[in-house]
Amino acid sequence: MVSFKALLLRDLRLAFRQGGDGAMAVIFFVLAALLFPFGLGPEPEALARDAVGIVWVMALLASLLALDRLFQGDWEDGSLDLMALSPLPLELVVLAKALGHWLVSGLPLLIAAPIVASMLQFDTAGLPRLVAALALGTPTLSLLGAVGAALTLGARRAAVLVSLLVLPLEIPLLIFGVAAADPAATGDGSTQFMVLGALLALALPLCPWAAAAALRQALD
Amino acid sequence: MHRFANPARFMRVSQIVLPWLATVTVLFLVAGLVMSFLAPPDYQQGESVRIMFVHVPAAWMAMCAYTSLALASAAALIWRHPLAEIAAEETAPLGAVFTGLCLVSGSLWGQPMWGTWWAWDARMTSVLVLFFLYLGYMALLNAFDDPTRGRRAAAILALVGFVNVPIIKFSVEWWNTLHQPASVLRMGGPTIDPSILWPLLVMAVAFTLLFVTLLVLRMRAALIERKIRVLDAAASGALG
Amino acid sequence: MSFSTWVQMGGYAGFVWPAYGIAAAALGLLAGGTIRRYRMAQRRLAEMTATRRGEDA
Repeated sequence: MVSFKALLLRDLRLAFRQGGDGAMAVIFFVLAALLFPFGLGPEPEALARDAVGIVWVMALLASLLALDRLFQGDWEDGSLDLMALSPLPLELVVLAKALGHWLVSGLPLLIAAPIVASMLQFDTAGLPRLVAALALGTPTLSLLGAVGAALTLGARRAAVLVSLLVLPLEIPLLIFGVAAADPAATGDGSTQFMVLGALLALALPLCPWAAAAALRQALD
Repeated sequence: MHRFANPARFMRVSQIVLPWLATVTVLFLVAGLVMSFLAPPDYQQGESVRIMFVHVPAAWMAMCAYTSLALASAAALIWRHPLAEIAAEETAPLGAVFTGLCLVSGSLWGQPMWGTWWAWDARMTSVLVLFFLYLGYMALLNAFDDPTRGRRAAAILALVGFVNVPIIKFSVEWWNTLHQPASVLRMGGPTIDPSILWPLLVMAVAFTLLFVTLLVLRMRAALIERKIRVLDAAASGALG
Repeated sequence: MSFSTWVQMGGYAGFVWPAYGIAAAALGLLAGGTIRRYRMAQRRLAEMTATRRGEDA
């Protein structure tokens, strides 16, 4: 009997047992972000100015890491067929998967981001706003990622293909996410936060719907 | 509408229509080019305004092509319409070329106009996203061993990406950044001078005709290729 | 207006001509490639139907 909660807990249990995915995403995030001082030079002003952008881009890339395996395991062993046949709508299955992905890859990012930003000489006064923007933006990343994962299920080179499909769709989110957290911007960023909220509100119904349609095509 | 769903009927009708389409396309292209170079130079922009006669029609085609892609994809998914599937598949490369042309010509216009080859304003960014959507569509189409799966997945992607088209159209109105606002397709009617408007419209019609002609040609080629594959399979089945 | 003045496009020659040139090249290649693909497909189909008719005969 498949229920939303059971599905979510199963995914989380698998993630913790394997330990890999979530930890990998965070490690990649930290490591890659810390390459920038070497690449851009260590001057604090330059790094601080770019810190928000670096953190956001890294968040986007880190969220892509576990995506190609989001549905693959269940698809290969037949569980996805069972889920499709169960009374639980496929859209809710997708939502559970996306939520699991966010809890494992996105939430740890909210803890790592302030640390990374501080190491990039970012002014600590701006950290709450950065975390808030990421908190509002990363769920949308997981939702869009779920659409990409569903579309590329069973494709050759699915990992790379997911990035090619999902990153362009995430660009508006990136633009507003950086603007919302940017301390140099005029105003308190409330419009940008509203846009981030609007994007999440749009993604919550639309992404599971699109991903479910894609999954049905894969299961046909 | 379903009378035209028959591929054989499409082949018959397109065979008759194609020579006329091609001829009218060439006529409009020539006329458009002549008018583009006869148009007077702009008061502020000088001769560089001529780039507009390539850039704007290309931009319109980029968006129209994606709209047809989305419509064809919807028809393919909802009705499993065989011609719709082929139409969608063959539209994508055409749309990608027009989008690329829009970006390149826009760059060449932007440098003398604004002093920069590129700017991250809303319209330019969303046209770049459109270009990547075309590329993603074509990549997804060919990413599966089962071609049907590829076509269905790509169709869904086309529909998901359609949100970008209204963003492109209205971005210049929502955000007042670098790219100039709409001066032709707007509520009060066009605001540009007729001496510039006419070459623009003729070029736009020419590009549209070119798109349609090439699409029909590509669809015919695709249908013939399908027939070849069927015959190939039958022949090897007969011999095997 | 002399030809050389016209070619210079009021100083914008470096932008106007490449714009039209790239457009012509891109659309030309697109059209050419499409026509070539179409002709090759037609030819191949004609060959196949001819051989089939030859086999049946």
